[in-house]
Amino acid sequence: MSDLTRLTLAEARDGLSARKFSAVELNQSFIDAVARANSLNVYLVETPEKALAQAKASDERIARGEAGPLEGIPLGVKDLYATEGVQTTAASHILEGFIPQYESTVTANLWRDGATMLGKLNLDEFAMGSSNETSYFGPAISPWRRQGADGKVSDAKIVPGGSSGGSAAAVAARLCLGATATDTGGSIRQPAAFTGTVGIKPTYGRCSRFGIVAFASSLDQAGPIARTVRDTAILLRSMAGHDPKDTTSVDAPVPDYEKSVGASVKGKVIGIPKEYRLDGLSAEIAALWDRGVEWLKAAGAEIREISLPHTRHALPAYYIVAPAEASSNLARYDGVRYGLRKTGKDIVDLYELTRAEGFGKEVRRRIMIGTYVLSAGYYDAYYLRAQKIRTLIKRDFDLAYQAGVDAILTPATPSPAFALGEKGSADPVEMYLNDVFTVTVNMAGLPGLVVPGGLSSDGLPLGLQLIGRPFEEETLFALGQAIEEAAPKIGLPEAWWA
Amino acid sequence: MSVDLATVRRIAHLARIRVSEEEAPYLQNEINSILSFVEELNAVDVEGVEPMTSVLPMAMKKRADVVTDGNIVDKVLANAPAREDGFFVVPKVIE
Repeated sequence: MSDLTRLTLAEARDGLSARKFSAVELNQSFIDAVARANSLNVYLVETPEKALAQAKASDERIARGEAGPLEGIPLGVKDLYATEGVQTTAASHILEGFIPQYESTVTANLWRDGATMLGKLNLDEFAMGSSNETSYFGPAISPWRRQGADGKVSDAKIVPGGSSGGSAAAVAARLCLGATATDTGGSIRQPAAFTGTVGIKPTYGRCSRFGIVAFASSLDQAGPIARTVRDTAILLRSMAGHDPKDTTSVDAPVPDYEKSVGASVKGKVIGIPKEYRLDGLSAEIAALWDRGVEWLKAAGAEIREISLPHTRHALPAYYIVAPAEASSNLARYDGVRYGLRKTGKDIVDLYELTRAEGFGKEVRRRIMIGTYVLSAGYYDAYYLRAQKIRTLIKRDFDLAYQAGVDAILTPATPSPAFALGEKGSADPVEMYLNDVFTVTVNMAGLPGLVVPGGLSSDGLPLGLQLIGRPFEEETLFALGQAIEEAAPKIGLPEAWWA
Repeated sequence: MSVDLATVRRIAHLARIRVSEEEAPYLQNEINSILSFVEELNAVDVEGVEPMTSVLPMAMKKRADVVTDGNIVDKVLANAPAREDGFFVVPKVIE
Protein backbone atom coordinates (compact mmCIF):
# COMPACT_ATOMS: atom_id res chain seq x y z
CA MET A 1 0.00 0.00 0.00
CA SER A 2 1.27 3.47 -0.83
CA ASP A 3 1.99 5.83 2.06
CA LEU A 4 -1.43 6.90 3.28
CA THR A 5 0.02 9.85 5.18
CA ARG A 6 0.71 11.57 1.85
CA LEU A 7 -3.00 11.87 1.05
CA THR A 8 -4.88 15.09 1.59
CA LEU A 9 -7.85 14.95 3.94
CA ALA A 10 -10.26 15.05 0.97
CA GLU A 11 -8.37 12.22 -0.78
CA ALA A 12 -8.38 10.12 2.39
CA ARG A 13 -12.11 10.70 2.84
CA ASP A 14 -12.79 9.67 -0.76
CA GLY A 15 -10.49 6.64 -0.45
CA LEU A 16 -12.31 5.51 2.68
CA SER A 17 -15.71 5.82 1.08
CA ALA A 18 -14.47 3.94 -2.02
CA ARG A 19 -13.14 1.24 0.40
CA LYS A 20 -9.60 1.51 -0.98
CA PHE A 21 -8.34 1.20 2.60
CA SER A 22 -9.90 1.01 6.04
CA ALA A 23 -10.03 3.70 8.71
CA VAL A 24 -7.93 1.43 10.94
CA GLU A 25 -5.24 1.18 8.22
CA LEU A 26 -5.31 4.93 7.68
CA ASN A 27 -5.05 5.67 11.40
CA GLN A 28 -2.30 3.09 11.91
CA SER A 29 -0.19 4.80 9.20
CA PHE A 30 -0.41 8.07 11.11
CA ILE A 31 0.18 6.44 14.50
CA ASP A 32 3.38 4.90 13.10
CA ALA A 33 4.50 8.22 11.61
CA VAL A 34 3.84 10.01 14.92
CA ALA A 35 5.83 7.40 16.83
CA ARG A 36 8.85 8.09 14.59
CA ALA A 37 8.64 11.86 14.96
CA ASN A 38 9.42 12.41 18.65
CA SER A 39 12.35 14.66 17.79
CA LEU A 40 9.92 17.28 16.45
CA ASN A 41 8.21 17.48 19.88
CA VAL A 42 4.90 18.10 18.16
CA TYR A 43 2.60 15.85 20.22
CA LEU A 44 2.44 16.44 23.98
CA VAL A 45 0.19 13.42 24.44
CA GLU A 46 -0.31 10.60 21.94
CA THR A 47 -3.59 8.71 22.04
CA PRO A 48 -3.11 5.80 19.61
CA GLU A 49 -5.53 3.47 21.43
CA LYS A 50 -8.24 6.11 21.26
CA ALA A 51 -7.61 6.72 17.54
CA LEU A 52 -7.77 2.99 16.78
CA ALA A 53 -10.95 2.46 18.80
CA GLN A 54 -12.57 5.39 17.02
CA ALA A 55 -11.29 4.12 13.64
CA LYS A 56 -12.77 0.69 14.30
CA ALA A 57 -16.14 2.27 15.01
CA SER A 58 -15.71 4.35 11.83
CA ASP A 59 -15.11 1.26 9.74
CA GLU A 60 -18.32 -0.23 11.12
CA ARG A 61 -20.29 2.92 10.30
CA ILE A 62 -18.80 3.04 6.79
CA ALA A 63 -19.82 -0.62 6.30
CA ARG A 64 -23.35 0.22 7.40
CA GLY A 65 -23.46 3.22 5.06
CA GLU A 66 -23.70 5.64 7.99
CA ALA A 67 -20.44 7.51 7.52
CA GLY A 68 -20.22 11.08 8.83
CA PRO A 69 -18.50 13.88 6.89
CA LEU A 70 -15.15 13.20 8.65
CA GLU A 71 -15.54 9.46 9.17
CA GLY A 72 -12.23 7.82 10.10
CA ILE A 73 -10.15 10.96 9.51
CA PRO A 74 -7.21 11.20 11.98
CA LEU A 75 -6.73 14.66 13.49
CA GLY A 76 -4.45 16.32 16.02
CA VAL A 77 -5.90 18.59 18.69
CA LYS A 78 -4.16 21.71 19.96
CA ASP A 79 -3.62 21.20 23.68
CA LEU A 80 -5.77 24.24 24.43
CA TYR A 81 -8.97 22.27 23.77
CA ALA A 82 -10.36 20.35 26.73
CA THR A 83 -10.61 16.67 25.86
CA GLU A 84 -12.49 14.47 28.28
CA GLY A 85 -10.19 12.04 30.04
CA VAL A 86 -7.10 13.19 28.12
CA GLN A 87 -4.58 15.56 29.74
CA THR A 88 -5.03 19.19 28.71
CA THR A 89 -2.27 21.60 29.74
CA ALA A 90 -2.25 24.72 27.51
CA ALA A 91 1.48 23.84 27.47
CA SER A 92 1.73 25.25 31.00
CA HIS A 93 3.29 23.78 34.14
CA ILE A 94 0.32 25.17 36.09
CA LEU A 95 -2.05 22.74 34.30
CA GLU A 96 0.29 19.76 34.13
CA GLY A 97 -1.71 16.61 34.88
CA PHE A 98 -5.10 18.31 34.42
CA ILE A 99 -7.64 15.78 33.13
CA PRO A 100 -10.81 17.51 31.88
CA GLN A 101 -14.12 16.01 32.93
CA TYR A 102 -15.79 17.45 29.84
CA GLU A 103 -15.18 17.86 26.11
CA SER A 104 -14.83 21.15 24.22
CA THR A 105 -17.71 21.80 21.85
CA VAL A 106 -15.50 22.05 18.76
CA THR A 107 -13.79 18.70 19.36
CA ALA A 108 -17.15 17.12 20.26
CA ASN A 109 -18.43 18.33 16.86
CA LEU A 110 -15.46 16.67 15.13
CA TRP A 111 -16.01 13.32 16.89
CA ARG A 112 -19.76 13.58 16.12
CA ASP A 113 -18.81 13.77 12.43
CA GLY A 114 -16.58 10.67 12.68
CA ALA A 115 -13.06 12.12 13.08
CA THR A 116 -10.48 10.32 15.22
CA MET A 117 -7.95 11.77 17.68
CA LEU A 118 -4.23 11.05 17.39
CA GLY A 119 -3.26 13.19 20.37
CA LYS A 120 -2.72 16.63 21.82
CA LEU A 121 -0.47 19.12 20.05
CA ASN A 122 2.19 21.45 21.41
CA LEU A 123 1.67 25.24 21.54
CA ASP A 124 3.01 28.37 23.17
CA GLU A 125 2.08 28.47 26.85
CA PHE A 126 -1.56 29.62 27.10
CA ALA A 127 -1.27 30.44 23.36
CA MET A 128 1.00 33.39 24.19
CA GLY A 129 3.79 33.41 21.67
CA SER A 130 4.67 33.39 17.99
CA SER A 131 7.25 30.61 17.83
CA ASN A 132 6.09 27.80 20.14
CA GLU A 133 9.18 28.54 22.24
CA THR A 134 7.19 29.50 25.36
CA SER A 135 5.82 25.96 25.79
CA TYR A 136 6.69 24.50 29.20
CA PHE A 137 7.28 21.20 27.40
CA GLY A 138 9.90 22.61 25.03
CA PRO A 139 9.48 24.04 21.54
CA ALA A 140 7.82 22.18 18.69
CA ILE A 141 10.20 21.98 15.72
CA SER A 142 9.23 22.72 12.14
CA PRO A 143 9.75 19.96 9.57
CA TRP A 144 11.13 22.71 7.31
CA ARG A 145 14.83 23.54 7.14
CA ARG A 146 16.70 26.35 5.45
CA GLN A 147 18.23 25.60 2.12
CA GLY A 148 20.83 27.83 0.47
CA ALA A 149 21.00 28.72 -3.22
CA ASP A 150 23.68 26.00 -3.50
CA GLY A 151 21.11 23.43 -2.34
CA LYS A 152 22.89 22.90 0.97
CA VAL A 153 20.45 22.20 3.82
CA SER A 154 21.15 23.89 7.15
CA ASP A 155 20.56 21.82 10.28
CA ALA A 156 19.48 24.88 12.31
CA LYS A 157 16.16 24.08 13.95
CA ILE A 158 13.38 26.26 12.57
CA VAL A 159 10.34 27.39 14.57
CA PRO A 160 6.90 26.38 13.25
CA GLY A 161 5.44 29.70 14.44
CA GLY A 162 2.89 30.08 17.17
CA SER A 163 0.93 29.78 19.09
CA SER A 164 -0.51 26.82 17.12
CA GLY A 165 3.03 25.63 16.29
CA GLY A 166 2.39 21.97 17.07
CA SER A 167 -0.75 22.00 14.91
CA ALA A 168 1.03 23.53 11.92
CA ALA A 169 4.15 21.37 12.27
CA ALA A 170 2.06 18.19 12.62
CA VAL A 171 0.11 18.97 9.45
CA ALA A 172 3.27 19.88 7.49
CA ALA A 173 5.13 16.78 8.72
CA ARG A 174 2.18 14.52 7.76
CA LEU A 175 1.54 13.58 11.38
CA CYS A 176 -2.23 14.12 11.00
CA LEU A 177 -4.59 15.01 8.16
CA GLY A 178 -5.65 18.23 9.85
CA ALA A 179 -5.50 19.88 13.23
CA THR A 180 -7.54 22.15 15.43
CA ALA A 181 -5.92 25.46 16.28
CA THR A 182 -6.88 28.79 17.84
CA ASP A 183 -6.15 32.37 16.86
CA THR A 184 -6.10 35.39 19.18
CA GLY A 185 -3.67 37.62 17.26
CA GLY A 186 -2.47 35.38 14.43
CA SER A 187 -1.96 32.02 16.12
CA ILE A 188 -3.54 30.01 13.30
CA ARG A 189 -2.38 32.08 10.36
CA GLN A 190 1.25 32.82 11.23
CA PRO A 191 2.16 29.14 11.87
CA ALA A 192 0.28 28.12 8.71
CA ALA A 193 2.37 30.64 6.76
CA PHE A 194 5.59 29.40 8.40
CA THR A 195 4.92 25.76 7.53
CA GLY A 196 3.41 25.94 4.04
CA THR A 197 -0.01 24.88 5.26
CA VAL A 198 -3.47 26.45 5.06
CA GLY A 199 -5.20 27.95 8.09
CA ILE A 200 -8.38 29.90 8.63
CA LYS A 201 -9.45 32.02 11.56
CA PRO A 202 -13.20 32.26 11.06
CA THR A 203 -15.36 35.23 12.01
CA TYR A 204 -15.60 35.82 15.76
CA GLY A 205 -18.58 33.77 16.94
CA ARG A 206 -18.50 31.19 14.13
CA CYS A 207 -17.05 28.47 16.41
CA SER A 208 -17.90 27.88 20.03
CA ARG A 209 -15.21 28.78 22.55
CA PHE A 210 -16.65 26.41 25.17
CA GLY A 211 -13.96 24.13 26.52
CA ILE A 212 -11.08 26.06 24.96
CA VAL A 213 -8.69 27.43 27.56
CA ALA A 214 -9.40 31.16 27.50
CA PHE A 215 -6.66 33.67 26.64
CA ALA A 216 -8.39 36.90 25.48
CA SER A 217 -12.08 36.14 25.19
CA SER A 218 -13.05 38.98 22.84
CA LEU A 219 -10.34 37.91 20.35
CA ASP A 220 -10.04 34.10 20.69
CA GLN A 221 -11.46 32.02 17.87
CA ALA A 222 -11.09 28.36 16.90
CA GLY A 223 -10.22 27.20 13.41
CA PRO A 224 -8.47 24.45 11.44
CA ILE A 225 -5.02 24.04 9.91
CA ALA A 226 -4.74 21.55 7.02
CA ARG A 227 -2.77 20.95 3.85
CA THR A 228 -5.15 22.42 1.30
CA VAL A 229 -7.88 25.02 1.08
CA ARG A 230 -10.41 22.25 0.46
CA ASP A 231 -9.29 20.37 3.58
CA THR A 232 -9.69 23.44 5.81
CA ALA A 233 -13.15 24.05 4.31
CA ILE A 234 -14.18 20.47 5.14
CA LEU A 235 -12.92 20.81 8.72
CA LEU A 236 -14.45 24.22 9.38
CA ARG A 237 -17.90 22.99 8.42
CA SER A 238 -17.72 20.39 11.18
CA MET A 239 -16.10 22.68 13.77
CA ALA A 240 -18.46 25.64 13.35
CA GLY A 241 -21.95 26.08 14.69
CA HIS A 242 -24.07 27.56 17.41
CA ASP A 243 -23.54 26.46 21.00
CA PRO A 244 -25.77 27.48 23.89
CA LYS A 245 -22.71 27.11 26.16
CA ASP A 246 -21.00 30.10 24.48
CA THR A 247 -23.17 33.22 24.40
CA THR A 248 -20.92 34.79 21.74
CA SER A 249 -21.38 31.87 19.34
CA VAL A 250 -23.63 32.84 16.48
CA ASP A 251 -26.93 31.16 15.80
CA ALA A 252 -26.68 31.06 12.00
CA PRO A 253 -26.63 28.06 9.66
CA VAL A 254 -23.19 26.66 8.75
CA PRO A 255 -22.72 26.58 4.97
CA ASP A 256 -21.19 23.59 3.20
CA TYR A 257 -17.89 25.43 2.77
CA GLU A 258 -16.44 22.82 0.44
CA LYS A 259 -18.93 23.88 -2.23
CA SER A 260 -17.26 27.29 -2.48
CA VAL A 261 -13.83 25.71 -3.16
CA GLY A 262 -13.34 26.15 -6.89
CA ALA A 263 -16.19 28.68 -7.26
CA SER A 264 -15.50 31.49 -9.72
CA VAL A 265 -13.89 34.64 -8.36
CA LYS A 266 -14.64 36.63 -11.49
CA GLY A 267 -15.57 40.21 -10.66
CA LYS A 268 -14.69 39.90 -6.96
CA VAL A 269 -13.21 43.16 -5.73
CA ILE A 270 -9.92 42.66 -3.88
CA GLY A 271 -8.67 45.48 -1.69
CA ILE A 272 -4.92 46.09 -1.39
CA PRO A 273 -4.36 48.19 1.74
CA LYS A 274 -1.53 50.63 1.21
CA GLU A 275 -0.80 50.84 4.95
CA TYR A 276 0.37 47.20 4.91
CA ARG A 277 3.32 48.22 2.73
CA LEU A 278 5.34 48.92 5.87
CA ASP A 279 8.60 50.84 5.90
CA GLY A 280 11.29 48.24 5.65
CA LEU A 281 8.99 45.53 4.26
CA SER A 282 11.34 42.92 2.82
CA ALA A 283 11.62 42.85 -0.97
CA GLU A 284 10.84 39.14 -0.91
CA ILE A 285 7.54 39.67 0.93
CA ALA A 286 6.61 42.62 -1.29
CA ALA A 287 7.27 40.50 -4.40
CA LEU A 288 5.14 37.65 -3.03
CA TRP A 289 2.30 40.10 -2.43
CA ASP A 290 2.60 41.42 -5.99
CA ARG A 291 2.43 37.87 -7.35
CA GLY A 292 -0.69 37.24 -5.29
CA VAL A 293 -2.29 40.30 -6.88
CA GLU A 294 -1.39 38.99 -10.36
CA TRP A 295 -2.82 35.53 -9.62
CA LEU A 296 -6.15 36.93 -8.47
CA LYS A 297 -6.26 39.34 -11.40
CA ALA A 298 -5.64 36.44 -13.78
CA ALA A 299 -8.52 34.56 -12.12
CA GLY A 300 -10.82 37.45 -12.99
CA ALA A 301 -10.82 39.49 -9.79
CA GLU A 302 -10.74 43.27 -9.81
CA ILE A 303 -7.90 44.84 -7.82
CA ARG A 304 -8.43 48.09 -5.94
CA GLU A 305 -6.06 50.04 -3.72
CA ILE A 306 -7.70 50.82 -0.38
CA SER A 307 -6.78 52.64 2.81
CA LEU A 308 -7.05 51.23 6.34
CA PRO A 309 -5.58 54.26 8.12
CA HIS A 310 -5.58 52.89 11.68
CA THR A 311 -3.62 49.74 10.79
CA ARG A 312 -0.43 50.81 12.54
CA HIS A 313 -2.22 51.20 15.86
CA ALA A 314 -3.61 47.67 15.85
CA LEU A 315 -0.56 45.91 17.28
CA PRO A 316 0.02 48.30 20.21
CA ALA A 317 -3.72 48.33 20.99
CA TYR A 318 -3.72 44.52 20.87
CA TYR A 319 -0.90 44.45 23.44
CA ILE A 320 -3.19 46.30 25.83
CA VAL A 321 -6.47 44.50 25.16
CA ALA A 322 -5.11 40.93 25.01
CA PRO A 323 -3.00 41.07 28.21
CA ALA A 324 -5.86 42.84 30.03
CA GLU A 325 -8.27 40.04 29.19
CA ALA A 326 -5.61 37.42 29.87
CA SER A 327 -4.88 38.81 33.34
CA SER A 328 -8.55 38.38 34.16
CA ASN A 329 -8.96 34.95 32.53
CA LEU A 330 -5.83 33.53 34.13
CA ALA A 331 -6.90 34.60 37.63
CA ARG A 332 -8.59 31.20 37.90
CA TYR A 333 -5.25 29.39 38.22
CA ASP A 334 -4.95 29.71 41.97
CA GLY A 335 -3.66 26.32 43.11
CA VAL A 336 -6.99 25.48 44.70
CA ARG A 337 -9.32 23.92 42.17
CA TYR A 338 -6.95 22.24 39.72
CA GLY A 339 -3.37 22.13 38.60
CA LEU A 340 -0.18 22.95 40.43
CA ARG A 341 -0.16 23.97 44.10
CA LYS A 342 2.75 25.37 46.10
CA THR A 343 1.95 25.78 49.77
CA GLY A 344 3.13 28.71 51.85
CA LYS A 345 2.36 30.23 55.21
CA ASP A 346 -1.14 31.41 54.25
CA ILE A 347 -3.57 31.57 51.35
CA VAL A 348 -1.97 34.62 49.69
CA ASP A 349 1.38 32.90 49.88
CA LEU A 350 -0.19 29.84 48.26
CA TYR A 351 -1.53 31.93 45.38
CA GLU A 352 1.67 33.88 44.82
CA LEU A 353 4.04 30.92 45.00
CA THR A 354 1.81 28.70 42.85
CA ARG A 355 1.46 31.33 40.13
CA ALA A 356 5.14 32.31 40.21
CA GLU A 357 6.20 28.72 39.68
CA GLY A 358 3.31 27.59 37.47
CA PHE A 359 3.41 30.33 34.84
CA GLY A 360 6.32 30.80 32.44
CA LYS A 361 8.11 34.06 31.80
CA GLU A 362 6.01 35.34 28.91
CA VAL A 363 2.73 34.50 30.64
CA ARG A 364 3.82 36.22 33.86
CA ARG A 365 4.85 39.27 31.85
CA ARG A 366 1.50 39.49 30.08
CA ILE A 367 -0.49 39.02 33.28
CA MET A 368 1.53 41.84 34.85
CA ILE A 369 0.95 44.18 31.88
CA GLY A 370 -2.74 43.33 31.90
CA THR A 371 -2.99 43.91 35.63
CA TYR A 372 -1.27 47.28 35.26
CA VAL A 373 -3.44 48.60 32.41
CA LEU A 374 -6.59 47.61 34.29
CA SER A 375 -5.45 49.00 37.65
CA ALA A 376 -7.02 52.05 39.28
CA GLY A 377 -5.87 55.26 37.64
CA TYR A 378 -4.64 53.64 34.42
CA TYR A 379 -7.80 52.01 33.07
CA ASP A 380 -8.91 55.04 31.03
CA ALA A 381 -5.45 55.88 29.74
CA TYR A 382 -4.75 52.38 28.48
CA TYR A 383 -7.63 49.93 28.29
CA LEU A 384 -10.47 52.32 27.46
CA ARG A 385 -8.32 54.14 24.89
CA ALA A 386 -7.31 50.82 23.27
CA GLN A 387 -10.97 49.78 22.99
CA LYS A 388 -11.76 53.10 21.29
CA ILE A 389 -8.92 52.52 18.84
CA ARG A 390 -10.35 49.08 18.22
CA THR A 391 -13.60 50.77 17.14
CA LEU A 392 -11.58 52.87 14.67
CA ILE A 393 -9.79 49.81 13.28
CA LYS A 394 -13.10 48.04 12.76
CA ARG A 395 -14.55 51.15 11.10
CA ASP A 396 -11.70 51.17 8.53
CA PHE A 397 -12.72 47.68 7.42
CA ASP A 398 -16.45 48.52 7.47
CA LEU A 399 -15.86 51.47 5.14
CA ALA A 400 -13.82 49.37 2.70
CA TYR A 401 -16.50 46.69 2.60
CA GLN A 402 -19.28 49.27 2.22
CA ALA A 403 -17.41 50.66 -0.79
CA GLY A 404 -17.74 47.27 -2.48
CA VAL A 405 -14.57 45.42 -1.49
CA ASP A 406 -15.22 41.66 -1.19
CA ALA A 407 -11.91 40.66 0.39
CA ILE A 408 -8.50 42.08 1.21
CA LEU A 409 -5.15 40.58 0.20
CA THR A 410 -2.05 41.07 2.38
CA PRO A 411 1.13 39.21 3.26
CA ALA A 412 0.66 36.82 6.19
CA THR A 413 3.92 37.57 8.00
CA PRO A 414 6.74 40.13 7.68
CA SER A 415 9.35 37.35 7.24
CA PRO A 416 9.73 33.61 6.76
CA ALA A 417 10.19 31.37 9.83
CA PHE A 418 13.29 31.95 11.94
CA ALA A 419 15.54 29.62 13.91
CA LEU A 420 15.06 28.71 17.58
CA GLY A 421 16.34 31.43 19.89
CA GLU A 422 16.76 33.94 17.08
CA LYS A 423 14.05 36.39 18.11
CA GLY A 424 12.66 38.06 21.19
CA SER A 425 15.23 37.04 23.77
CA ALA A 426 16.42 40.60 24.43
CA ASP A 427 13.18 42.47 23.80
CA PRO A 428 9.71 40.88 23.90
CA VAL A 429 8.42 43.44 21.39
CA GLU A 430 10.63 41.93 18.66
CA MET A 431 8.56 38.74 18.82
CA TYR A 432 5.28 40.68 18.91
CA LEU A 433 6.05 42.24 15.51
CA ASN A 434 5.38 38.85 13.88
CA ASP A 435 1.66 39.54 14.24
CA VAL A 436 1.65 42.91 12.51
CA PHE A 437 -0.41 41.70 9.51
CA THR A 438 -2.70 39.29 11.35
CA VAL A 439 -3.70 41.11 14.52
CA THR A 440 -5.98 43.68 12.85
CA VAL A 441 -8.26 40.82 11.82
CA ASN A 442 -8.81 39.73 15.44
CA MET A 443 -9.31 43.31 16.58
CA ALA A 444 -12.12 43.62 14.01
CA GLY A 445 -13.52 40.09 14.49
CA LEU A 446 -13.13 39.26 10.78
CA PRO A 447 -12.35 35.98 9.04
CA GLY A 448 -8.79 35.51 7.72
CA LEU A 449 -7.36 32.71 5.57
CA VAL A 450 -3.67 32.03 4.95
CA VAL A 451 -2.50 30.09 1.88
CA PRO A 452 1.06 29.23 0.82
CA GLY A 453 2.37 31.51 -1.93
CA GLY A 454 5.88 30.20 -2.52
CA LEU A 455 9.30 29.79 -0.93
CA SER A 456 11.71 32.36 0.45
CA SER A 457 15.28 32.70 -0.83
CA ASP A 458 16.36 30.32 1.94
CA GLY A 459 13.80 27.69 1.00
CA LEU A 460 11.16 28.36 3.67
CA PRO A 461 7.43 28.79 2.99
CA LEU A 462 5.76 32.19 2.67
CA GLY A 463 2.04 32.79 2.98
CA LEU A 464 -0.58 35.21 1.72
CA GLN A 465 -3.53 36.34 3.81
CA LEU A 466 -7.08 36.96 2.62
CA ILE A 467 -9.35 38.96 4.94
CA GLY A 468 -13.10 38.70 4.42
CA ARG A 469 -16.37 40.28 5.40
CA PRO A 470 -17.96 38.96 8.60
CA PHE A 471 -19.38 35.44 8.05
CA GLU A 472 -18.29 35.35 4.41
CA GLU A 473 -15.75 32.58 4.81
CA GLU A 474 -17.03 31.13 1.54
CA THR A 475 -15.53 34.02 -0.44
CA LEU A 476 -12.19 33.33 1.25
CA PHE A 477 -12.28 29.64 0.32
CA ALA A 478 -13.03 30.52 -3.33
CA LEU A 479 -10.21 33.09 -3.48
CA GLY A 480 -7.85 30.85 -1.51
CA GLN A 481 -8.40 28.06 -3.98
CA ALA A 482 -7.60 30.44 -6.86
CA ILE A 483 -4.28 31.30 -5.19
CA GLU A 484 -3.55 27.65 -4.38
CA GLU A 485 -4.03 26.72 -8.04
CA ALA A 486 -1.91 29.59 -9.33
CA ALA A 487 0.94 29.50 -6.80
CA PRO A 488 4.01 27.33 -7.36
CA LYS A 489 3.59 23.95 -5.66
CA ILE A 490 5.98 23.96 -2.74
CA GLY A 491 5.55 20.34 -1.65
CA LEU A 492 6.21 19.23 1.92
CA PRO A 493 9.60 18.35 3.42
CA GLU A 494 10.76 14.75 3.44
CA ALA A 495 10.97 13.04 6.82
CA TRP A 496 14.57 13.81 7.90
CA TRP A 497 13.40 13.46 11.50
CA ALA A 498 12.21 9.86 11.33
CA MET B 1 4.68 56.39 30.96
CA SER B 2 7.05 54.04 32.70
CA VAL B 3 6.94 52.04 35.91
CA ASP B 4 9.38 52.10 38.84
CA LEU B 5 10.42 49.13 40.96
CA ALA B 6 7.82 49.84 43.63
CA THR B 7 5.10 49.76 40.97
CA VAL B 8 6.42 46.44 39.63
CA ARG B 9 6.12 44.99 43.13
CA ARG B 10 2.64 46.44 43.55
CA ILE B 11 1.45 44.99 40.22
CA ALA B 12 2.99 41.63 41.09
CA HIS B 13 1.05 41.56 44.32
CA LEU B 14 -2.19 42.59 42.59
CA ALA B 15 -1.61 39.77 40.10
CA ARG B 16 -0.75 37.38 42.94
CA ILE B 17 2.57 36.44 41.38
CA ARG B 18 5.63 36.34 43.65
CA VAL B 19 8.50 38.30 42.13
CA SER B 20 11.98 37.93 43.60
CA GLU B 21 14.30 40.89 44.29
CA GLU B 22 16.64 39.74 41.51
CA GLU B 23 13.81 39.34 39.00
CA ALA B 24 12.10 42.69 39.60
CA PRO B 25 14.52 44.93 37.64
CA TYR B 26 14.32 42.64 34.58
CA LEU B 27 10.55 42.69 34.71
CA GLN B 28 10.65 46.47 35.09
CA ASN B 29 12.70 46.76 31.89
CA GLU B 30 10.45 44.42 29.93
CA ILE B 31 7.27 46.10 31.11
CA ASN B 32 8.69 49.51 30.24
CA SER B 33 9.70 48.26 26.81
CA ILE B 34 6.11 47.16 26.19
CA LEU B 35 4.69 50.40 27.62
CA SER B 36 6.91 52.48 25.34
CA PHE B 37 5.75 50.32 22.41
CA VAL B 38 2.11 51.21 23.15
CA GLU B 39 2.93 54.87 23.87
CA GLU B 40 2.11 55.95 20.29
CA LEU B 41 -1.57 55.30 21.01
CA ASN B 42 -1.64 58.54 23.01
CA ALA B 43 -1.34 60.45 19.73
CA VAL B 44 -4.50 58.94 18.25
CA ASP B 45 -7.55 61.19 18.24
CA VAL B 46 -10.29 59.22 20.00
CA GLU B 47 -12.56 62.19 20.71
CA GLY B 48 -16.19 61.07 20.51
CA VAL B 49 -15.31 57.44 19.65
CA GLU B 50 -17.26 54.76 21.49
CA PRO B 51 -15.12 52.03 23.07
CA MET B 52 -15.74 48.63 21.53
CA THR B 53 -17.83 46.33 23.66
CA SER B 54 -18.79 43.69 21.08
CA VAL B 55 -16.81 43.13 17.92
CA LEU B 56 -19.91 42.20 15.92
CA PRO B 57 -23.38 43.57 16.49
CA MET B 58 -25.15 40.85 18.41
CA ALA B 59 -27.84 40.88 21.04
CA MET B 60 -26.86 39.26 24.31
CA LYS B 61 -28.54 35.88 24.43
CA LYS B 62 -30.41 35.02 27.58
CA ARG B 63 -31.69 31.77 28.95
CA ALA B 64 -34.18 30.91 31.64
CA ASP B 65 -32.65 31.22 35.10
CA VAL B 66 -32.85 27.55 35.98
CA VAL B 67 -30.42 24.93 37.20
CA THR B 68 -28.87 23.19 34.16
CA ASP B 69 -26.53 20.78 35.89
CA GLY B 70 -25.36 19.75 39.32
CA ASN B 71 -24.71 16.71 41.50
CA ILE B 72 -21.28 16.32 39.93
CA VAL B 73 -19.17 16.92 43.03
CA ASP B 74 -16.72 14.19 42.06
CA LYS B 75 -16.16 15.72 38.65
CA VAL B 76 -15.74 19.21 40.09
CA LEU B 77 -13.17 17.98 42.60
CA ALA B 78 -11.46 15.47 40.31
CA ASN B 79 -8.46 17.71 39.61
CA ALA B 80 -8.20 19.46 42.98
CA PRO B 81 -4.70 19.32 44.52
CA ALA B 82 -6.33 18.89 47.96
CA ARG B 83 -9.91 17.81 48.75
CA GLU B 84 -11.80 16.44 51.72
CA ASP B 85 -15.42 15.36 52.26
CA GLY B 86 -16.59 16.95 49.03
CA PHE B 87 -14.75 20.26 49.59
CA PHE B 88 -11.66 22.02 48.27
CA VAL B 89 -9.07 22.37 51.00
CA VAL B 90 -7.17 25.64 51.51
CA PRO B 91 -4.94 26.96 54.30
CA LYS B 92 -6.78 28.52 57.22
CA VAL B 93 -8.15 31.90 56.10
CA ILE B 94 -9.87 33.20 59.27
CA GLU B 95 -7.93 33.28 62.54
